[in-house]
Amino acid sequence: MIAVGEQAPDFTLRDQDGEKVSLSDYRGRKVLLIFYPGDFSPVCGDQLSIYQEVKPEIVEKGVELVGISVDSFYAHKAFQEKLGIDTTLLSDFEPKGEVARAYGSYLDAPLGFANRTLALIDEDGKVAWTYESPNPGEFPGANVIFDALS
Amino acid sequence: MNDLTSSAIPPVGPDDHVRGEGEEGIVVYADLGCPHCAADWPRLRESHGRLVFRHFPVASKHPRSPALHAAAEAAGHQGRFFEMVDSLYADRGHVDDPHLWQRIEHLGLDLERFETDRRTDAVQARIRADFQSGIRAGVAGTPAVFDACTLQTVREREF
Repeated sequence: MIAVGEQAPDFTLRDQDGEKVSLSDYRGRKVLLIFYPGDFSPVCGDQLSIYQEVKPEIVEKGVELVGISVDSFYAHKAFQEKLGIDTTLLSDFEPKGEVARAYGSYLDAPLGFANRTLALIDEDGKVAWTYESPNPGEFPGANVIFDALS
Repeated sequence: MNDLTSSAIPPVGPDDHVRGEGEEGIVVYADLGCPHCAADWPRLRESHGRLVFRHFPVASKHPRSPALHAAAEAAGHQGRFFEMVDSLYADRGHVDDPHLWQRIEHLGLDLERFETDRRTDAVQARIRADFQSGIRAGVAGTPAVFDACTLQTVREREF
């Protein structure tokens, strides 16, 4: 996992609507990158749903939420609609997992997707905090995010 | 601003919904719109001495959940909280308002009072307080079962 204090690697990925989004677009604001294994998996659905429930409180602390997985942006759109969430989802699709690799989150074959990791990027684009789940089957409760922001 | 940092679940208090007797038992954070909760409910309600039910509606995933939790809370105002929970978990296919009214009539409750109570700020605040205590305790899926202050049950999944 990328080290706290490092400059966060910039990237440009497509969101669920196919629009290009760069990390540098968030400069001057805090953003929490949520790397997750894949759209429509049960745990990923629970994770993003629960974060959605407390999103107003997270936004109130000046932090934006951005999910990142290796799925296509078409899948992201369908997943977002299925969950009823409005969190931005970015497609780390081609080259597959390139951004997850840059953040030290990628799980190589046979898994081939990002581990469940969080990276808080500060207003200057530096890594302020990270969390890495012990395995992709577990996700950090939202309390862990609030602990990091307190 | 609400504090959602980590904290153990609150001790069982007079405002809690409690079924059964004694000091030993479990605290369950459950979503009335959740199929896993419905599947586990018969086992949960039968297998322990004291059962404490706390609201954990995940509205984005189960859009009807907030209304169902408010309905259960309002039924609780007339002394029939767990009967409403049992009813909702036993039949998840009929949860629109007319179905809720039928359930209230079947339980012999005052429908007019139910309609007023379930829309009050106090009911919404009560449900939100439970939800937030679950968030602070790290609830990451339902049902989440605590024995004393320790999370005991997590559904194991690959990812």
